[in-house]
This record gives sequence, structure tokens and C-alpha cells, in this order.
Amino acid sequence: MALLSKKDSNLILDPLADNNPITIQVLGICSALAITAELNASIVMALSVIFVLGLGNVVISLMRNIIPSKIRIIVQLVVVATLVIIVDQVLKAFAYELSKTLAVFVGLIITNCIIMGRFEAFALGNGPWRSFLDGIGNAAGYGLILIIVGFFRELLGSGTLLGFPVLGDPIAKTGLYAIGYENNGFMLLSPMALIVVGIIIWVQRTRNPALVEEN
Amino acid sequence: MRDKRLTFKKRLHILKHHYRGKKLAPAFNAFHTFLFSPNETTHSGAHVRAVDDLKRTMNTVIMALIPVLLFSMFNAGYQHYAAIDAASGTPRELSVWGNFLTWENFWIGITEVLPLVIVSYGVGLLIEFIFAVIKGHEVEEGYLVTGMLVPLIVPIDTPLWMLAVAVAFGVVIGKEVFGGTGMNILNPALTIRAFLFFAYPTWMSGDKVWVHQAVERAGTPDAISGETILGYLAQNRADEYAYSISDMFFGFIPGSVGETSTFLILLGGLFLIFSKIASWRIMLSAVIGALVMGLIFNGAVDAGWITESSNFYGLMSFEFWKHLIVGGLAFGIVYMATDPVTGAQTNRGKWFYGFFIGFISVMIRVFNPAYPEGVFLAILLMNVFAPTIDHYVVRGNIRRRMKRLKTATIHPKTTDEQAGKLKVETV
Repeated sequence: MALLSKKDSNLILDPLADNNPITIQVLGICSALAITAELNASIVMALSVIFVLGLGNVVISLMRNIIPSKIRIIVQLVVVATLVIIVDQVLKAFAYELSKTLAVFVGLIITNCIIMGRFEAFALGNGPWRSFLDGIGNAAGYGLILIIVGFFRELLGSGTLLGFPVLGDPIAKTGLYAIGYENNGFMLLSPMALIVVGIIIWVQRTRNPALVEEN
Repeated sequence: MRDKRLTFKKRLHILKHHYRGKKLAPAFNAFHTFLFSPNETTHSGAHVRAVDDLKRTMNTVIMALIPVLLFSMFNAGYQHYAAIDAASGTPRELSVWGNFLTWENFWIGITEVLPLVIVSYGVGLLIEFIFAVIKGHEVEEGYLVTGMLVPLIVPIDTPLWMLAVAVAFGVVIGKEVFGGTGMNILNPALTIRAFLFFAYPTWMSGDKVWVHQAVERAGTPDAISGETILGYLAQNRADEYAYSISDMFFGFIPGSVGETSTFLILLGGLFLIFSKIASWRIMLSAVIGALVMGLIFNGAVDAGWITESSNFYGLMSFEFWKHLIVGGLAFGIVYMATDPVTGAQTNRGKWFYGFFIGFISVMIRVFNPAYPEGVFLAILLMNVFAPTIDHYVVRGNIRRRMKRLKTATIHPKTTDEQAGKLKVETV
């Protein structure tokens, strides 16, 4: 890592696994359950949050010394709302179908706990470059889980990936469907997303017992 | 020569000692105690309320299920041939000795039901063994009953791989993640049923799945009907089925494999009550709950609020007591609601728990547009609320006793000073 010091690279790598916003901090769950039925929605959501959190952290970090602490939440909201509206408009202009799938959840990035959490916990106390890395890292950790969940939900729920039928055609009975396989409708419902996230948490804690809290 | 020959039990015992302390030990122990009665009683677990070996409880429930299982095998074949006759225009008259208890019927039943039982036990016990080996504890007996309940609450033609997936899901997510037998919040058999229902709705609902081969014959000249009574009612076609009340009570009707015979379920229920395995409070209050809800619906029809044009007319005008003898209500109340792990534990709590199971079952039955049955959903819902019910019952008891304590100890002779002291102690 010539580009980044060890400390800086940890800002990006930690949230991917051992300090993951979803599986360890259990933040941002609602959007993770709502929009992960399709893989491409998960990917777009992940990119949106990376954009918003990366830039937002930089902006807040630059302003950290001039924001009066009493109104800092309002300032943070203005910053994140501005960025979210940019994302929303871009999606509506270039990926209209997808923006309809994501519906209100793009707007709800504003209330995503991960974003306000990083603004409060990191950007207000660190320089712009480190805040940027922290923002990218946390958003990527969030996005990683979204993509894993989206992958399994779309594959098992619809038999497709990114819209391509990878398991065969369920109506013409080709591929796996020829031998009696059927899509699992439960995978398309939100409760199953919670169970998939739960299984990821389970696997992660089994691999790294240090993460398990003491009772 | 003779004493050198080892019995099977002895051989197992030697094997058991050989593997003591090794990884696979729990698997051997489980096999050993499954075949032979152990000489120790269950000594731990949140669900243990008596000194019996847990297996005695489990075996009693399985014994109560055997008549239901045998009947379901005959009924599977009977419904199949009856549907074929009905489709060809010559409905058959039911004769128990003539055309019900026949080898032909039993053969269809055994070739369709037995694989369900085997897959259910095979997958479920395999997962139990794996978890026991990983976690290093003895194999728990919890799956013995679940494994028998599962094949009885699914439609006859459920594909075996679906059942296997659902059992794996139900045992792992419904039970093992909570810590295994005795720790689960939801009834594992119903978790499996709910998973099947939400994951593969086309195999779990509709007018085809309830009779053997009705699905594969659909659209061909040999098509047969697989509609249940509740299905007819939900579509306001109450005059189209020809089942008498005794058919419904004794179970000569289509439905999930083991749910049809209210008579045998009733016998099983009485057996469980007399052997003190299952709670009569839950069963009785659930029956009352179902009757109350049925009466409310009947009343709404009698009052003229619901007319024949309403979507709910068929089910709402169904006589309230008939709800008990069609569908899975009886089976659910007797074998599922009384699960000692997931049900309410306090006696007063059992009344509330059971009442709402019956009440909500009939409500879901009438109002669910996609699927005219709701027993499994009602029981799962009340499973979730059972600890809350118990909590308030216990709190209520504590409050009442506190009051009694105060009135008993603070009588006129007590000085004010003593009374004040007592108050401080009790608060």
C-alpha cells in the first residue's frame, strides 16, 4: 500500500468486514431489506450511498470548524439532502425504470442511519481526506452486504441475475426447471432478506469469534 | 457359545464406549437411546416440567399420531379414486369396508405418504446430528414429533425436494439458531409449513393440490378436481360439494395428508389429555375461540350485513360448529397448539393462548382472499405472543399475592410503625 498508509487503508477495509455497518453495527437495515430483491437495484443503491456518503463526509469535514454545534444536525441534513436529490435526479434521467423500482428508498437515503452516523462520528472530527476514505469504506461495507443479499435473493427468488435467466426458463421448463426445480417465492419477500442478513451475521461471527458479545 | 454372542444392544453399548469423548459420540448415543430405553431421565432444558425422559413425551405424541397416519394413507387413495369416478360422471358411494379400507387405496397412500415421512425424518435428523456433532452435545429428541407432524400437514403431492428444503430451513432457522430443542420460539413443524406456503404457493394452495395426481392431470381429458370444502366455500360454491357431515367428521374429504379425520384426531387428543402430555386447557379454549368467531360471522349473516353477493358469504354463512370438522383446525389445535415449548406455560395463560388460536384461525380462514385456511398462521402468531401472555399472567399473580399479603399482615392490631416497615419491604 504505497498509496495509503496502514491507518488510512484500515478506514476503508475495516467497515468491509469486522466493523460492517449492517452486520456489526446493525444500521441501515430497512433499505437492505426493502430493495434487495433484485441484484441491479442493490448495486445502484450501493453506488448511490457510496457517492452520497463519500462526498457528504468530505463536505461536512471541510465545514467542521465553522458549523455551530447546536445546528449541526440541520446542516448535515441539508448536505445529505442536496446529494440525495442529485442522485435521484440522475437516476430519473438515465435509469427511469430502476428509479421506479427503488422508489422512495433513494429519498430515504437521507434518513439512513449509516450516513448521519458517519457524519457525527467521523467527519466532524477528522480531515477531508480521511473522512472521504471513511465514507467510501462504510458505504462500501453497506453495499457489499446489499449485493450479497441481492445476489441470493434474485438467484433463488427469480432464477435470474441482473435480469438474465441463469437457471433456465421457468415457463418453457428449460435448464434446472426441466427437472422440477421451482423459484422460491419466499425469497422475494422482505422477511427472507432479514433471514439472509441474519445468516451472514451468523457466518461472520462463527469465522471470527472475537465479534461475539459476552452475555 | 451362547454367552459369547453379543446382543445388538451390547454391541451398540461397546461402540458407544469406544467413541466416548470423540466427535461422533453424540450420533452413537442418539442411535442407541432411540432404539433402547435409556436409564436416565432428561435433566436439563427450558421446557422440562417433569421427571420423565423427554422421549416418553415424544413417543406418546407419535403414538397418538399413528392412527391419523394410517387413516391418511387410505384416504389419499380413496380421494384419488373418488375424484376419478366423479370426473367420469359416476360419483362413488362411500362404504368403509367396501371401497375405503382397500389395498388399492392403501397402496397409493403408502407410495405417496411414506416418502414424505422418510424425507422429513431423514433431512431433519441429519441436521440434528450435524448440529449435535458441531456443538458437541447429545442429539436432542425434539425432531421426533416434528418429523411425524410435517408429512401430515402438507398436500399429498408436495415434491420431495421442496419438503427437504423446507425441513432444512425449518430446523435450522426455526430451531437450531435459537439453541435447539426447548429454546425455539416458533413451532418447527409450522415453520416448515409456513416456509412451504410462502416459498411455493402454487404447490400449497389452489384447487388441485389436495388430491393425488390432480395437478399432473390438469388440462388433460383425465382432469380431476382437488378442491377442498373450504375452497368451495371461499368461492361461494357451497352447493357444489357433496360431503355429508359424517364425511367431514370421519375425514373422508380432501385436504392435507393427515388433517381430515376429526374423529381420529379427537381420539388422539383424548389420549394425549389422559396421558397428561398435552394441555386440555389449550384444546378446549381453542375450540371455544373458533366457535365464538364462527358465531360472530353467522350472526353477521343473519343480521343481513353480509349478502350472497359478498365474497365472504360462503365462509361466513358456514355453520359455526362445522369449522371444527373441516380443514386443519382440529389437527392444529390438538397437535400443534399444545406444543409445550412454544405454547403458553401458565394455566391462565393457556386459556388466552388457546382462545386466540381458535378465534384468529377462523378469522383468517374467512378473510384471507388467497387461501381459505389460517390455522398455521394463527398458531405461529400466538407462539410469538405466548411469552407475553405468560409475563402478564405471572405479573398479575404477583400483584394479587402482594395485595393479599398486605391485607393479611396489616390488621388493626399492627402499629403504624410496623405497617410502614412492611410496606417498605413489600415494595
